Amino acid sequence: MTASLAAPSPTQGAKTRINDFSIQVATVNGSGSQTANTVLLRAIFQMGVFVSGKNLFPSNIAGLPTWFTIRASAKGYVARKASNEMLILMNPETAKEDIAKADVGALVIYDEPLQLDKLRSDLAYIPVPFQKLVTASCPEPKLHKLVKNMIYVGVASRLLGIDMEEVKKAIAKQLKGKTKAIELNQNACVAGYDWAMENLPDQDHVKVVRDNKTQGLIIVDGNEACALGALFAGVTVVGWYPITPASSLVETFIEYADEYRKDPKTGKSTVAIVQMEDELASAGVVLAAGWAGARSMTSTAGPGVSLMSEFIGLGYYVEAPGVFFNVARTGPSTGLPTRTQQSDVELCAKCSHGDTQHINLYPGNMEECFQFSYDAFDLAERFQTPIFVVTDLDLGMQNWSSKPFAYPAKPYDRGKVLNQQQLAEAKDWGRYKDVDGDGICYRSLPGTPGGKGAYFTRGSGHNEYAQYSEKPEDYVAIVDRLKRKYETAKTHVPAPVFRNLGSDKGILAFGSSDPAVIEAQDVLAEAGLKTDYLRLRALPFTAEVDAFVQEKQVVYVVEQNRDGQMANLFRETYPALATKFKSVLHYNGYAIDAKCIVDQINAFEQK
Amino acid sequence: MTTATPSAPTNKLGFTKQDYVGSKSTLCAGCGHDSITAQIINAAFESNIEGHRVTKYSGIGCSSKTPAYFINQGWGFNSVHGRMPSIATGASLANRQLINIGVSGDGDSMSIGMGQFVHAVRRNIPMIYIIEDNGVYGLTKGQFSATADKGSFLKTGAKNELPPIDPCTLAIELGCGFVARCFSGNPKQMNTILKAAFAYEGTVVLDIISPCVTFNNHDASTRSYKHVKDHDFPLHDLGFIQYSEVEDVDIAAGETEVVTFPDGSKVAIKAIHEHYDPTDRFGAMKAIHESMEKGEFLTGLLYINPIQPPLPQVLNLVDEPLASLGEDMLKPSAAELDKIMQSLM
Ligand SMILES: Cc1ncc(C[n+]2csc(CCOP(=O)(O)OP(=O)(O)O)c2C)c(N)n1
Ligand code: SF4
Ligand SMILES: [Mg+2]
Repeated sequence: MTASLAAPSPTQGAKTRINDFSIQVATVNGSGSQTANTVLLRAIFQMGVFVSGKNLFPSNIAGLPTWFTIRASAKGYVARKASNEMLILMNPETAKEDIAKADVGALVIYDEPLQLDKLRSDLAYIPVPFQKLVTASCPEPKLHKLVKNMIYVGVASRLLGIDMEEVKKAIAKQLKGKTKAIELNQNACVAGYDWAMENLPDQDHVKVVRDNKTQGLIIVDGNEACALGALFAGVTVVGWYPITPASSLVETFIEYADEYRKDPKTGKSTVAIVQMEDELASAGVVLAAGWAGARSMTSTAGPGVSLMSEFIGLGYYVEAPGVFFNVARTGPSTGLPTRTQQSDVELCAKCSHGDTQHINLYPGNMEECFQFSYDAFDLAERFQTPIFVVTDLDLGMQNWSSKPFAYPAKPYDRGKVLNQQQLAEAKDWGRYKDVDGDGICYRSLPGTPGGKGAYFTRGSGHNEYAQYSEKPEDYVAIVDRLKRKYETAKTHVPAPVFRNLGSDKGILAFGSSDPAVIEAQDVLAEAGLKTDYLRLRALPFTAEVDAFVQEKQVVYVVEQNRDGQMANLFRETYPALATKFKSVLHYNGYAIDAKCIVDQINAFEQK
Repeated sequence: MTTATPSAPTNKLGFTKQDYVGSKSTLCAGCGHDSITAQIINAAFESNIEGHRVTKYSGIGCSSKTPAYFINQGWGFNSVHGRMPSIATGASLANRQLINIGVSGDGDSMSIGMGQFVHAVRRNIPMIYIIEDNGVYGLTKGQFSATADKGSFLKTGAKNELPPIDPCTLAIELGCGFVARCFSGNPKQMNTILKAAFAYEGTVVLDIISPCVTFNNHDASTRSYKHVKDHDFPLHDLGFIQYSEVEDVDIAAGETEVVTFPDGSKVAIKAIHEHYDPTDRFGAMKAIHESMEKGEFLTGLLYINPIQPPLPQVLNLVDEPLASLGEDMLKPSAAELDKIMQSLM
């Protein structure tokens, strides 16, 4: 058996990329490749190397092509990288196209019968007899399809120099306790590894070398991080409706709730979780539960938010709390439901009819997914209003490495709620009276005994005492106070974070764009263009955001949508500065990469 | 508590009937909805309902305005059109101790809100779900609703060519354990059924035919006071005995059927017309369908199954209201977070 790698390869002579490369794996959806890819990612992570993974999956259960990219980066860059140094091609349907798109010099591991090596001469080919290896390593034919992917993990591990023990550990971790499956997969992996050992010469294109960068880090996805935030925030009512990429947030929550939200004395549940008939009903459950004093939430994506929007307006106007997670995907309509985008910025900022403004939180990493989810429940109760936590598929469903989450020691803020005694003592209490001048009124909860505090909540016009009113002055007083309340929020929402290299040129981004912006900032600086970077973490815009946009000569607003929605919000808020905001956009459904940011900023600069 | 007149009778909680009223109605004089409000007040007073535990939910419509007109001691939530059931669902989960009353219209529940109606019934939300059914959209000035009878006419002369949706047979089909139809012109029957409804644990669906005097009370209407009165067939004489009074009341043997609730309250049912067994689900469906074909309104307790666990019980929730659970019950410890973090390493 000779591999074509032995032949003179175009990569020879180039510098070895140590802990700095991307691998793209092309498979068929539903073939179990997700497990194999996660094992490969984990094994690199266990070697102490920063690594990130992006699953580019189709909206399909089985049969359509899917790609997984793994990026290792000694410098800690975790954004998607536009070029790949290694390809693993398991899908006959896409193999030719994958080859055509491959970067010069890439290593190409592929299923031998595909005979891809004649297609281009500037790649290094590694044909692998997968079927033969599977048959030899796995006695049960019906499992061949599943373990076949583990063979490429073995081959790649050998080529990259990953310790087989780490791979075995990663398999055991991934398949938690399923002894037979662990053994089967480990055997397949070893078979691939041994075959590569015997048949393939060493390569010096890409290598993994043991490092210590990941010690003590966790691997987690944003939906799980948000679910944990909600768990620790003590959510008690969840109404939801399944939708990619938001489902796993509640589904993960359900798993944790099974363990952590049972009354130890009675075994009864301290959280009600109901899969509703649609998102509108979910929104009703969330707002009514919040109104009645529970901590409530739902998790959805753009189409769900659209459906909820009538209720969100009610929640804003009657001042009912609730936490709304929007794990955004590529719209409009069904769009690309398994691809990422930040295209619900304006939707969530102003969701519903009439004059509405909402507090939005934009976590940009896993620790923030956890912490902001925790904080969102405090904000909802403090401000008595729907709060959006806006993430996206890239944050929500991809694997990220992160520092372990710090325990949220801060006690819950249950907001301005009057109990029986306070109601009895209150003079001239009115549900919508702004006693403290911060726009936030005192509420009472249904069921409070004592005969005081009952009021009638209505979406129609009301006065300070929650009585029906169509008087112009009553209406204006209420909506102006709501605006004041939103002003108050400026000092309660998370302030932005900065990465300033010392410049009057600003970059402004939020959420999942963060890693690509950091990398782009470094690339630009190396080429002589320094920038200051503000990462926005919430709406409304805080004083720090205000200062930044006033100060900078230009603000490049980086976002993942077509229309520059965040830039629009800035132009609307700062009409006098409108021309300062330049949109740097990425919206093809793939996660944003540094190169596209660098290219667009350079193009603006050369004008 | 306020006392209307010095001599006003009080109930077991010491409240007068005046303590169960709400703000003044702004509906048209003679609107059937106001008669329903009056009976809710009576039934709550007579059933010794603790007003502060009452929560009143509604959608949008003339009917949906009425929760403002009864039980001021309770909290109200007038929400959006057709979505009252999800509001009731959320609040009833947040606090198991609330006494939930939902008021809706035929438009609110059978058109825009059909989805939520169906699913609330299916989930057996602990609530009295009242549909004030006038066959039209009152608030938007008299368009047909989905309960309008086929062949009935609007004031404008427009004819309804589509078959009606019947909330009662639908509710029975969906597994509802307490389904009744009343006529707002028959206060006695409404009162007894409402009292029984207060004692029931799961979803109660009450379809109350409630004429709209302004848009649907003309001669060619099948929901006018006169037409409904002429076609109303009360199924039985009903008696309701609250658990606290069961000891003192003798129920005559013979033709009277007795249904006992888990709390010991009893409904005594004495058939008037023919034998009608409200515990027989399929028989009830058949009888209702037959009567509808004849253009009659069978009124009374159409179907009853006293033992069906409501949603909070199905979800095995703690007895204490979720809304009052403190941080000690809700927030896992630092050690538990640490354990979770270890599992992600
Ligand atoms: C989303 C939405 N669409 C339409 C309306 C207008 N609207 C208000 S009440 C109503 C019909 C109410 O009919 P019904 O529930 O039968 O109540 P009734 O007034 O007859 O008691 C409509 C269509 C609305 N408020 N909201
Ligand atoms: S319009 Fe009809 S339903 Fe509305 S208040 Fe008047 S009579 Fe009642
Ligand atoms: Mg109506």
